[in-house]
Amino acid sequence: MARVWKFGNSINTDDILPGKYAPFMVGEDIFHRYAFAHFRPDFAPNVKPGDLLIGGKNWGLGSSREYAPMALKRLQIGGIIAVSYARIHYRNLLNLGIPAFESAAVSALEDGEEVQFDRNAGTIVRSSGELIRLPPPPEFLREALEHGSILEFYKKYQRFPGERESDPSE
Amino acid sequence: MTSPQTMAEKILSQKGNKPVYAGDLVVVEVDEVMIVDSIAESVFQVLEKELETTPKYPERVSIVIDHVAPASSVNVAKSHQIARAYAAKTGVKFFDVGRGICHQVLMEEGLAFPGAIVLGSDSHSTTYGAVAAFGTGMGATDIAIAAASGKTWLRVPESVKVTLKGELPAGTSAKDVALEMIRILTADGATYMSVEIHAGDRFTRGERMTLANLCVEAGAKVGLVVPGGEILEQYAVPDWVYPDAGAKYVREVSINLSSLTPRMSIPSYVDNVEEVSSLRGIRVDQVFIGTCTNGRLEDLHAAAAVLRGRKVAAHTRLLIIPASSQVLEDAMKDGTLLELIQAGGTLGTPGCGPCMGRHQGVLAPGEVCVSTSNRNFIGRMGDKDAQIYLSSPAVAAATAVMGHIALPSDL
Repeated sequence: MARVWKFGNSINTDDILPGKYAPFMVGEDIFHRYAFAHFRPDFAPNVKPGDLLIGGKNWGLGSSREYAPMALKRLQIGGIIAVSYARIHYRNLLNLGIPAFESAAVSALEDGEEVQFDRNAGTIVRSSGELIRLPPPPEFLREALEHGSILEFYKKYQRFPGERESDPSE
Repeated sequence: MTSPQTMAEKILSQKGNKPVYAGDLVVVEVDEVMIVDSIAESVFQVLEKELETTPKYPERVSIVIDHVAPASSVNVAKSHQIARAYAAKTGVKFFDVGRGICHQVLMEEGLAFPGAIVLGSDSHSTTYGAVAAFGTGMGATDIAIAAASGKTWLRVPESVKVTLKGELPAGTSAKDVALEMIRILTADGATYMSVEIHAGDRFTRGERMTLANLCVEAGAKVGLVVPGGEILEQYAVPDWVYPDAGAKYVREVSINLSSLTPRMSIPSYVDNVEEVSSLRGIRVDQVFIGTCTNGRLEDLHAAAAVLRGRKVAAHTRLLIIPASSQVLEDAMKDGTLLELIQAGGTLGTPGCGPCMGRHQGVLAPGEVCVSTSNRNFIGRMGDKDAQIYLSSPAVAAATAVMGHIALPSDL
C-alpha cells in the first residue's frame, strides 16, 4: 500500500528541497533528508518507499535543480501525480525515471489515505475499491519511458525522444 | 513553402535543418553548455558513470563558479576543487570564483549570440534571449547528455507575443516592465512556451537581459527579445532569427509603458505583483542589489543616483553584489562604488550572493528583505519565516535610505 502525501498548487523547487540543503552544501549522502524541510517537515522522516505525492497546478516551478527530485528518488517515492508540471522539473523527473502523471482526477484522494498504485498500469485503487485511471504520458515520450527514464533510453540507443534511428540530423 | 513562423520556430528550424512548428520535436546542435558549481559534480557523475564519456566538444562547455563563491564550507570548497580538476582534465572553459554570475559571464564572453542554442544548468538561462539566443535551463542529466553528445532534444514551443508600446516614465525600469509582464502572464501562463518580446529599439542589452531573465517566472522555456536598438550595433543578427509577419501566437499581450508605475513582487510568489505605492511603510531589514536579474553596471548606476549624498537607514543593511568582475571594475572606475559605499552599502564577491539562501547575507526569522533578484519563495534567501519583496534597483535604493518600502520620489 502507498500512503498519499497531498500537496497544493505551485509547489516550487525551494519547497521540495531548499537551496541551502543542496548536496554540495550538506553532503551527497544526506541531502535527501531535507526534502520539504521548510514546507512539510514531517515528510522526510515519515515517507515510505512507494508512497505517492499528489500535487496541484505547476508542480516544480522555479529552479532547474535536479537534486530536488533526486531527493525524492532517494526516498524511493512511488511517483507524483499533479494537475500540471513546470517544464524543467518535468524533464528532470523523466530523466531520473520518477513516474510523473498529469491528472486532476486524484484531487479526491485525501492526505494520509492508503491506496494501491501501479505505475505501469497507471492505476490507483482506493480502499473503497474505487479505481482511478491515470492518463498515459504524452505519445512522444512513451518509447523512451518504456526504458525507465530518458537517460536509460539515451544510453541504450544514443538518441532522443522523437528522433528516428535513421534521422538525417544524426 | 513554409507558413509564417515565430522566433522560436525560426531559430529551431534553422538549427534543426527542417521547418518545424509548435508541438514538433527537434534535435539540435548546442552552441554552448553552461554548468554552475552547485550541480557540477552531478553532471560529471552522469558523464563518467552513466555515459562513460567526456564532453564531445570541450570548447562548447563552460563551468562557472558562482552559486556559492567563494566557498562557504569545506563541502563547497571540495566541489569547487573537483570542478577545477575536471576543467583542467577535459579542457572545458572555466570561470573561477569572482568572475561573476554564469549568465552575465557568458554574455560578456560572447558565448551567447543571436541564433545560438545555449543550455544552462540554471533556470534563468532564458536570459540569453536578450540577444536572441535560444537560452533555456535544464537539470544535471540533460546538461550531461548535451555535453556528451553536443545535442539536445526540444519540443518546439508555442509562443506568447508581448508587445511593448510607449515610453517608460522616469522612476520606472525594465524590472518594472518584467514584473508587470509576469503579473499579466502569471506563474504558469507561459509554461512550455516561448515568450517573444517585441520591444522595438527600446532597451539596452542589460535591460533586455532583465526582461528575458524573468520569463522563466511565467514558466517559459525561452524568452526571446526581437533584436533592435543597440543589439544591432553589437551583434551580427542573421535574418532567420526574426519572426515572420502572420506567425501564430497562442496569446498576444500589449503593455503600455507610458502608464507603468514601479512594481514589486510581494511574498511568496513572483506573480504576486503590486504597485510599490501601495506597499509604502513596510519596515525592511536588508536590501540586496545584485543577481543575474539586476546586478549590472546600469543597475548600480540607478541605485547610486538615488543613494548619492544620502545614507542608508540605521536599522537597514544594504548589500551590493556586482554581477561580474567586469561590472565591479567598471563601477570602480567610474566612481559608482565609492558613492554606494559612502551611502552605507557593503560589497560581496561577484556571484549569486544570498539569492538562493546559501551564503553572503541570508535572512533570519522574521526579517524582511527588498531584493532586485528574481524569486521570493518561502525560505528562498534563508529562514522560512523571512519575507522577500522583489523590486527594481531604484526602488531598492530608496527603500534602503528610508528603512521601509519607498519610492525614489519619496526621498
